[in-house]
Amino acid sequence: MTEISLIIVSAALVNNFVLVQFLGLCPFMGVSGRIETALGMSLATTFVLTLSSVVAYAIQALLLIPLDALWLRTLAFIVAIAVAVQFTELALKKTSPLVHSVLGIYLPLITTNCAVLGVALLNTNRAHSLLESAFFGVGAALGFSLVLILFAGVRERLELADIPRPFGGASIALITAGFMALAFMGFSGMIRL
Amino acid sequence: MTDGIMTLGAGVLGLGIVTLAGGILLSFAAKRFRIESNPIIESIDALLPQTQCGQCGYPGCQPYAKAIISGESINRCPPGGQNTVDRLADLLGLPTTPLDADPEAASQDKVAVIIEEDCIGCTKCIQACPVDAIIGAAKLMHTVIFDQCTGCDLCIEPCPVDCIKLIPRPLRKDHWIPASPPLIATDRSSPLAIKHG
Repeated sequence: MTEISLIIVSAALVNNFVLVQFLGLCPFMGVSGRIETALGMSLATTFVLTLSSVVAYAIQALLLIPLDALWLRTLAFIVAIAVAVQFTELALKKTSPLVHSVLGIYLPLITTNCAVLGVALLNTNRAHSLLESAFFGVGAALGFSLVLILFAGVRERLELADIPRPFGGASIALITAGFMALAFMGFSGMIRL
Repeated sequence: MTDGIMTLGAGVLGLGIVTLAGGILLSFAAKRFRIESNPIIESIDALLPQTQCGQCGYPGCQPYAKAIISGESINRCPPGGQNTVDRLADLLGLPTTPLDADPEAASQDKVAVIIEEDCIGCTKCIQACPVDAIIGAAKLMHTVIFDQCTGCDLCIEPCPVDCIKLIPRPLRKDHWIPASPPLIATDRSSPLAIKHG
């Protein structure tokens, strides 16, 4: 139990995927303009991250290790993530059109989110068990959601702020992201795994 | 040599299994979760103004498009006006009918206007506006961009201080109504010169 809570805190805060490991920066910059879109993206990513870390574990344990083909990991995981995302979208569209209209446009974006592939690869590198893999995915998703929503809140305020023109738009967003990364460095040393 | 072939075989087999399983899963899902959709609904939806105002009695433009397919009349969209009714009639091969709305309201082209002294800057009307025609920020005065406003009246109800009203659309500053000039000699004696409106 302590092990699992340590994994979640470590993935969410100490080794935050966006601000410490710099994975998944594209959606972090791309969909953080408004809190509603950030929320939709976080929900979709949470779902896909958890699902794909389990699927990746299954592929690793059932296929790649018996075949002694570990060098196929990246390729096989990308295919599996794409299938998982596509399957989720199809199922969601049929079963719950409302949720689909909230998450709809963000789901395909996640296929190429490097945080998802990063979680799958880190799971195999650290030889996590099935349960640990799933919770590592949950922790990473929590951290991603937290940072994305915080950043969207900051950017909504930035829209209204009186920023000198050379710093406007993407520049001030990147500077702000840098400050947030500095703040998250405060978590390092809290836990060592 | 055999090592190389073994590695290659493992790679082809591994990736083959993953992609085959994925393909089977997806083709199964595509059949299992297929949604019966009607392309005509989409073309009807494309003609509707997408204000999602609900004045037709349906919760949005897409539901109204669905209802048209099952026999609802095509003249229930006040923001679209007579123009939309005509185009829907054209698309569906139906006789065109006059717009089913309060005739006075339909004939008058209205826009919303904010009484700016009373505006408290709550942003509620901005969130209600389906066409993003209201600009302003929290605790700052809001205003309406007349060119964008469709007069759908969705912003009236959310306003906590009732500072939004509908007025007839003001004419643009460069709007000019040409008066017909006198055409034959006898007309020239009339006092009416060319008037600019």
